[in-house]
Amino acid sequence: MIELRHLSKTYDVGSGRAVTALQDINLKIEDGEIFGIIGLSGAGKSTLVRCINLLERPTQGEVLIDGKDLTQLSHKQLLLARRSIGMIFQDFNLLEQRTVLKNVLFPLELAGVKRADAVARARELLQMVGIADKEQMYPSQLSGGQKQRVAIARALANEPRYLLCDEATSALDPNTTQQILELLQRINTQLGVTIIVITHEMRVIDRICTRVAVIDQSCIAECGRVSDVFVNPKSPIAQELILQKDRRAPQKFSGKRIRLAFDGTTTTRPVISDLVLACQAPVNIIFADTRDVGGVIYGHMIVELPEDKRQQEKIKSWLEANQIHFKEEESA
Amino acid sequence: MTFSDLFYQLWDKGLIQLGVWETIYMTLISTGVAYLLGLPLGVLLRVTARDGIHPIGWLNSLVGVFVNIFRSIPFIILMVAMLPVAKVLVGTSLGNKAVIVMLIIAAAPYVARMVESSLREIKPGIIEAAQAMGTPNFTIIWKVMLPEAKPSLITGAVISTVTILGYSAMAGTIGGTGLGQIAISYGYQRFKNDIIWVCMILIVLIVQVIQIAGTAIAHRTDKRIRH
Repeated sequence: MIELRHLSKTYDVGSGRAVTALQDINLKIEDGEIFGIIGLSGAGKSTLVRCINLLERPTQGEVLIDGKDLTQLSHKQLLLARRSIGMIFQDFNLLEQRTVLKNVLFPLELAGVKRADAVARARELLQMVGIADKEQMYPSQLSGGQKQRVAIARALANEPRYLLCDEATSALDPNTTQQILELLQRINTQLGVTIIVITHEMRVIDRICTRVAVIDQSCIAECGRVSDVFVNPKSPIAQELILQKDRRAPQKFSGKRIRLAFDGTTTTRPVISDLVLACQAPVNIIFADTRDVGGVIYGHMIVELPEDKRQQEKIKSWLEANQIHFKEEESA
Repeated sequence: MTFSDLFYQLWDKGLIQLGVWETIYMTLISTGVAYLLGLPLGVLLRVTARDGIHPIGWLNSLVGVFVNIFRSIPFIILMVAMLPVAKVLVGTSLGNKAVIVMLIIAAAPYVARMVESSLREIKPGIIEAAQAMGTPNFTIIWKVMLPEAKPSLITGAVISTVTILGYSAMAGTIGGTGLGQIAISYGYQRFKNDIIWVCMILIVLIVQVIQIAGTAIAHRTDKRIRH
C-alpha cells in the first residue's frame, strides 16, 4: 500500500519567494488497484508522482510504501526501495545508445543478476509486452508505442510491486493509447502490480482506473471510485474534466438547464422519450456523452427545460420517481 | 612552380617530414593527456552543477573559475608564464617536452568545457529514468551519461585535437619543433614563401584527415542515426 500523508512541496524560486506545487496531499492507494490521478497541466500531478519515489523530495509530509516512510531512508536504502517501484514516462526515456534488449538489461545489471539469467528474463519481458522480435533494434528505429512497450518491460524487470505512469500515453495516438492501456491492465491483473496513472485525459481514467483523485491548484479536489466521480462530480474541476462543459457545451443560455447522469442501470432505457411522453413537455438536448467505465456504460446529458415553471417541476419529479440522478446547472 | 634551394635542403635532410611527425605526435600526446585530466574535470563540472545529479555549489564554482582563468589566457602568454611549471614537471623549460606540458595545461580546461557541454546535451528524462530505477550516481555517470554522450564526446575530441594542433604551431617560441616552427624560422624569417605554403598545406591535410576520420567514427557510433 502507498500512503501519502500531509504531503506538501514548495519550490524556492529565489529572493525569498516560494511556489507551492503540492499542498497537504493525503492519499491511500491499495494494493492491486489501478489508481488514476487526473488534472490539468500545471496542477501538480507530475510533482505528485515524483514524490512517490522521491525523485522530488517533499517539503513536508510522509511517503509510506508498505508502511515504511521513504523520506526517512538513507540514500542507499532509498535506491533499493526505488527498485520495487517501476516508472514510465511520457517521452519513454530509453537509453538511445543501447539496443532494446540492453535497455531491459540495464535494471538487471544494476541488481547484479547473472548475465545469462538476465538475458533470459529480459527476453521473457519483451515477449510479454509483445516486441520480442525487436530486441536488436535501437530506440530510434521504433515507433512511440513500441518505445513505451520497451519502457514498460524495463520498468518491470526487477519485479516491482508498483508501477508509476507519468502521462505514459500522452504522446501516443488514440489507437496506440488503447493498446498500451490494455497492456497495463494485463500487467495489473496477471502480475498483480499496483499501477498509478497520471494523466490529463479522462478517457485514460475511465478506461482502466478503479479509483481516481482529481488534482487542482496543488490540492486534491476530489477522490473516489471512478464510477462515483463520473456520475456525480462534486468539484468544479471534476465537472470540467468529465463534462468538458467549458469546451463543448454552449455556455450562453437563458432557460433552465439540468444535467442528467445515467449509471449502468439507466443507460439502456430510452429515458428522454419516456420523459417527454410522460410529462408532455419538450426538452432541448444541449450535450450528451457516454463512457465505458470498467464495462459499465455511464452517460451524461445536459437538457434545457421549457420556460413554464410547472412543467419544470413535473419533469423533476418524474426524474426523481424514476431514480434518475440529476442536478441543476448554474447559469453562466 | 619552382621551390627554393632552402626547401630542397630541408626536404633532403628529412626536416619537413620530421616536422609532420613532430606536429602529429605532440598533438596526439597532449590531447590524450589533456583528456585524462579534462574528462573527469568535465564530468565533475556537469555532475556538481545546480541541475546536475549531485549538486555541490562551491566545488562547481571553484572548478569553473579555475577552468575559466586558464581558458582566458592566450596560449602564447600562458606558455611563457608556465615555463617554471615545465621545469618542475619534466626537468626542462625548453624543447618539445616543455611544449607538450604547455599544450596539456592549455588544453585540459578546454577539454573539460567540451566534455561538460556534451554531457549537457543528454535529455534530462533519460537520467531521471535511471534515477527512478535506483541507479547510484557513479553508475549513472559510467553507464548512462558517458555512453549516451559518446558521439558528441567524439565530435568534441576532434575539435579539441584540431585546436591543440593549432597551438602546437607556436612551439618554436620556447624551442620546440614541428611544422609551425619550420614555417616561422625557415619560411617567414628567411623570406621563403614556398616553405610557408608547404607547411600550411601539410597542416591543412593533417587537420582534414583528423576531421574526416573523427566525424566518421562519431557518426558510426551514434545509434540515434538510422544507418
